[in-house]
Amino acid sequence: MQARGLVKRFGDREALRGVSFEAQAGELVAVIGPNGAGKTTLLSILAGIQGADGGEVETGDGAVGWVPQQAALYRRLTVEENLMLFARLEKHEDPGRSVAEMLELTGLGDRRGEIVARLSGGNQQRINIAIGLLSRPGVLLLDEPSVGLDPRQRARLWDFVAGLAGRGTTVIFSTHDIQEAERYGNRMLVLADGEALFDGSADELREAVRTEAPEAADRDFETAFVAYLHHRGH
Amino acid sequence: MRWLLLKDLQILRRSPLQAVLLVAYPVLIAVLVGLAVSRGPEKPRVALLNEVPTNARVSLSGKKLPSANVQRRICAKVECVHVGSRDEAMAKVESGDVLAALILPEDLVNKINSLSTLSPGTPKVEVLVNESDPLKASMVDDKIEALLAQANLTLAKRIAVEGGRYLNLVIRGGNLPVLGGGVHILGLQASAHILEAIEPALPNGPLKVALSQVTEFAKQAGENLDIAGPLINRLAQPITVEKVAVGGSSPPLETFAIAVAATLTLAFVAVLLVAGSLALEREENAFPRLTRGLVSSEALLGEKVLLGIVVGLVVTILMLAGLTIFVPLEWSRVGLWLAAIVVGGASLAAAGSALGAAAREVRAVSLLAFMVTLPVAFLSLVPAGTVGRGLYDVIKVITALFPFKPALEAMTSALEAGNGGIGAPLLHLAILAVAYALIARLALRRFTRV
Ligand SMILES: Nc1ncnc2c1ncn2[C@@H]1O[C@H](COP(=O)(O)OP(=O)(O)OP(=O)(O)O)[C@@H](O)[C@H]1O
Ligand SMILES: [Mg+2]
Repeated sequence: MQARGLVKRFGDREALRGVSFEAQAGELVAVIGPNGAGKTTLLSILAGIQGADGGEVETGDGAVGWVPQQAALYRRLTVEENLMLFARLEKHEDPGRSVAEMLELTGLGDRRGEIVARLSGGNQQRINIAIGLLSRPGVLLLDEPSVGLDPRQRARLWDFVAGLAGRGTTVIFSTHDIQEAERYGNRMLVLADGEALFDGSADELREAVRTEAPEAADRDFETAFVAYLHHRGH
Repeated sequence: MRWLLLKDLQILRRSPLQAVLLVAYPVLIAVLVGLAVSRGPEKPRVALLNEVPTNARVSLSGKKLPSANVQRRICAKVECVHVGSRDEAMAKVESGDVLAALILPEDLVNKINSLSTLSPGTPKVEVLVNESDPLKASMVDDKIEALLAQANLTLAKRIAVEGGRYLNLVIRGGNLPVLGGGVHILGLQASAHILEAIEPALPNGPLKVALSQVTEFAKQAGENLDIAGPLINRLAQPITVEKVAVGGSSPPLETFAIAVAATLTLAFVAVLLVAGSLALEREENAFPRLTRGLVSSEALLGEKVLLGIVVGLVVTILMLAGLTIFVPLEWSRVGLWLAAIVVGGASLAAAGSALGAAAREVRAVSLLAFMVTLPVAFLSLVPAGTVGRGLYDVIKVITALFPFKPALEAMTSALEAGNGGIGAPLLHLAILAVAYALIARLALRRFTRV
């Protein structure tokens, strides 16, 4: 997947100011940045939800899966009905099996018959993710997928995602959590105010942080990262 | 598409309030309309004092009418409270227990019978009225006037026939029944013949001239008074009313009421359900997920319209079936009903989808749908001639732009023959359906924001 010079404007506000990057098959790209940086805007343009005002996106073959930041599911349907609906719409040959697989992944098998509205926020997020995974995409876009998940479920999610990447799926996920980005991402894309400040590996990012904000170099990564953003004017 | 439809039906089943409203509301309308068309306004209470002897019979032109018949006729038009005396009747009127009292005096029948004799009397009935409630008093006035007019007309007809018989007797001759016996009447025609026969026997002179004048009169009268027969008949009902409907016939009130109930049901179900269901796709953030390759916007709109048609059809047919408790319906026309419901439902659903695409939340959309549907339905029921012409033209334009009125027209002509063709309203509905679907499709573009 490739993006070149993406620009997105909402009235006077520029949400993206010429963002470019590239992701190879099987790569895990973490998009990190503060609130309002443009992460959701970038991912939704990559997903084809909205068009860009400038620049272009190239996706390889295969579907682009998308897990939106705000859960997109029917709260008045049961867990199973939601999964079944999307499995059918995705035209799975055996939707029942896909649903069973997703129930297994989300650990919600015993709550399959429950109305989604009655589930906790984190459990709703699990289903939101599971629906996005149903498309068995070549490129998977996850917008802050781990928000609201407990550590066990978070580990499960990343295991599953790593498994997908291992089989060649390109994964692009956004997060505020620099530690999570470092742990699960092969590449970091730092966004702030619609600008790509950095694109590289975690080690390279640490290096850049150390050079730009030497006074915070011996603090933890997150504090150092905030100092780095500050130095870059954000 | 069928999976989406299934999903929406599942959601509907899980939304008890919505489902109950969608079913209970039409049922309520149906029951109200049913009661309204089958009961009519309440009859006024009237005290009836019948002093006519029970064995008295109205006897005109040889036909006898049982007196109970008169009483029954009166009591069919008003609620009769039988009283025993004039004082009792008076007291009931004064206390307000009854609105009026009708007193049929003892000699009423005799007087009526005398109308067809050679010494007619004037039959009188007495009406005591309580005018404390002007509205009801005028209602009683109207009822009694109508009742009397009807009675007078019936009597006048009989009297005219009787008059005709007397005239006939004068012209052609015959037996006049008098006091159990009979008197032979010669008649003008026979007189003329006799006089003609006598005439040659008379010597010429003034007597013969005078006789020939009398003969001539009898002949002329005998021939020409025949014309008077039909004239007397006309007397009974000088003016006949022939109603000619100009500018479209209006359906019977019952059919119209049922059509209104059915169309209101269909409109609320189709518009509210479709608008709400489309807004729900946005409220649940599902729209972008669905339209990313899973379904096209057009297919989604098509599914919503189908949802409106299916649920609208079920609820409307159930409502019509419920209405048959109150009024008979022509089930043989069910094919036309289906056409009206399906095309009307599609058009209303398309309008609902345009509304649903206009706002973000289900609540806002439901309110909007209500605020549009109710006034338009109300305006659609405003008959021509009850408001100024300019205003009516405005109303006509507004109601033509929303599918309610054409759906009502289609429904009316589907329910009963002779209420205008169904083709024009169906075409109107189809055009509106396409137009609203296009508007909805354009409005959906705004949906894709996340
Ligand atoms: N539909 C929209 N209309 C107007 N402005 C928008 C719209 N969507 C996003 N923006 C603006 O674009 C900027 C980027 O928003 P975006 O949602 O991409 O940020 P984000 O990095 O995902 O933030 P967060 O971490 O809070 O999710 C913000 O300033 C936001 O206000
Ligand atoms: Mg975001």
